[in-house]
Amino acid sequence: MPARTLYEKIWNAHIVREEPGKPSLIYIDRHLVHEGTSPQAFAGLKAAGRTVRRPELAFAVMDHSVSTKNRELPVADPDAAAQFAALARNCEEFGINLFDMHSRNQGIVHVIGPELGITLPGCTIVCGDSHTSTHGALGALAFGIGTSEVEHVLATQCLTQFKSKSMRIEVQGPRPRGVTAKDIILAIIGKIGIAGGTGYVAEYTGEAVRGLSMEGRMTMCNMTIEGGARAGMVAPDDTTFAYVEGRPFAPRGKDFQEAVEYWKTLATDPGATYDATVTLTAAELAPMVTWGTNPGMVTQVTGRVPDPSSFSDPVDRKAAESALVYMGLKPGTSITDIPVDRVFIGSCTNSRIEDLRAASRVVAGRRIAKSVKQALAVPGSRVVKAQAEKEGLDKVFRDAGFEWRDAGCSMCIGMNDDVLPAGERSASTSNRNFEGRQGKGSRTHLVSPVMAAAAAIEGHFVDIRKFPGVDGAE
Amino acid sequence: MQPFIKHTGLVAPLDRVNVDTDQMVPKQFLKFLTREGYGRILFYDWRYLPEEKPNPEFILNLPRYAGASILLARANFGCGSSREHAPWALLDYGFRAILAPSYADIFYNNCFKNGLLPVTLTTQQMDELFQRAARTEGYRLTVDLERQIVADGSGLQFSFTLDPFRRECLLKGLDDIGLTLVHEADISAFEKKHLSVPHMNAPLDVKFHRA
Ligand code: SF4
Repeated sequence: MPARTLYEKIWNAHIVREEPGKPSLIYIDRHLVHEGTSPQAFAGLKAAGRTVRRPELAFAVMDHSVSTKNRELPVADPDAAAQFAALARNCEEFGINLFDMHSRNQGIVHVIGPELGITLPGCTIVCGDSHTSTHGALGALAFGIGTSEVEHVLATQCLTQFKSKSMRIEVQGPRPRGVTAKDIILAIIGKIGIAGGTGYVAEYTGEAVRGLSMEGRMTMCNMTIEGGARAGMVAPDDTTFAYVEGRPFAPRGKDFQEAVEYWKTLATDPGATYDATVTLTAAELAPMVTWGTNPGMVTQVTGRVPDPSSFSDPVDRKAAESALVYMGLKPGTSITDIPVDRVFIGSCTNSRIEDLRAASRVVAGRRIAKSVKQALAVPGSRVVKAQAEKEGLDKVFRDAGFEWRDAGCSMCIGMNDDVLPAGERSASTSNRNFEGRQGKGSRTHLVSPVMAAAAAIEGHFVDIRKFPGVDGAE
Repeated sequence: MQPFIKHTGLVAPLDRVNVDTDQMVPKQFLKFLTREGYGRILFYDWRYLPEEKPNPEFILNLPRYAGASILLARANFGCGSSREHAPWALLDYGFRAILAPSYADIFYNNCFKNGLLPVTLTTQQMDELFQRAARTEGYRLTVDLERQIVADGSGLQFSFTLDPFRRECLLKGLDDIGLTLVHEADISAFEKKHLSVPHMNAPLDVKFHRA
């Protein structure tokens, strides 16, 4: 058999039907569903008199619009309440697993999938959400789909898909101190551009990636979509198997051992070729901060806000000009001179236990700056929240002046009442700094959890590598 | 799905790269249960001032582009969120075709599911169209999917390519799900093989959440 990539192996194992000149029909192993992009799919299904083919392979959760404050209170927003009710009704009607807002396993869909062992290596996983790429960290083929495709998967457990091209993104050498998975992926997006991965499935390789925990790999795969690639993957290895073992929905005992043997065969064969290769040297990386209105507008913390006239491409120049107007930034400003109004630690990019541990070490024994109006620590799931509380992290955050919240998407998207007001500037561990993403007129700077934590303490961005008493390793 | 065969209409230019789906449909409008009615809120934050007063500076609000049904766009149109509300809103606003040099993957897919035709042209061709649209008030184009050409009334004609399968689905307005269900026997056969392997099997703890 010719040498194959991880992507090709999983793709081939899921082909239900192939015909020359047509997209392939591929089988979907896990379908994740949330309240925001599913109601129309269920409605379409019902209107056509169809049913859900394999309800036991679908998992639904309420995450986007849930309150992160007191969930015992009635949902104040009638539209959100209607969506929650619709999801509950649809799951009941079709027999789909639902983690509703009161479930102890509730959380952001991309946090709970891996955490509960729903996400497994070698699986095909879809969700009506672009950050489904997150799950590729376990060596799965996972990508976001639209609502029509959600309906298609519900009805058929399959998708018609064209095979993507493959891109290898190698990060060579060990990860330097203070440089996190978030910084690596931001550097990659800065390098390839936000459309650089369009049409590709990315596989991350190299020592710096291999050395990451599962949480770190998830952070990288999560933001793959911000570079245009629909899916990002990391070949499963011992780190992966150790992470999966014992999770509630994962296979156990003999089945688990058998699965591991299979998962070990998934790694890209030596000599397999990719359609494109991108190489980065980890030693050259530094903590990153975005300055513009997409994740590719990013620079090292030691850098400055660029001068639009320095862009040779007129299109880039124009985009940078309008981004700086929106962001209220002057060219040449040192990144570390940019003040922040609010700090958000959360989202499916950076709200896992490791993220919270790392951020808590930065804020421990300190207080957020007086100029900071609000600092939020929002665990990605209730399981993460419970673990963090067991470790006393909630107290560390609270003592530092953070608000400790319940699990959900929160200020990543501001669909609940965690909104960044117009004109205000955030240090955010989320994944999108688009105009209005965190609230109309809001100004978002994407950073790692330790960088966000340090910005909360100082009131402006700081180089975490110089932050007193922090090893900065995570 | 409504088919797309040929359409002639007024052209509106949106001269901006990397227009993300958050701009097309901001998050506050993702809480509805239907696919209809998103035209009013298309490009909401750009289109409206406080109290939903139309922003006179936003291009689609210029009287000369009222009733436009063909949108000229720039590279990487539709990046970001997978929200299908974006094509729903474009369609509901009245657009039937988009012309751009490139699209983000998920958005591109979503267009085809809804009978909205995303035409890919070169950057040079797009530049020419942007110029013509700026120069000529009431500039109209014909987008012909059967012949795979874009043409105006004064001799411009660009041909474009797209995947033949997608083209056929759009020309006939085919129902995707219906097409797949024809292959039910294949799906069942695959499932039998695939799901009998323990590690590919249905997840273990099906009622875990109720605990
Ligand atoms: S945390 Fe943000 S990016 Fe992630 S699923 Fe929620 S809204 Fe989307």
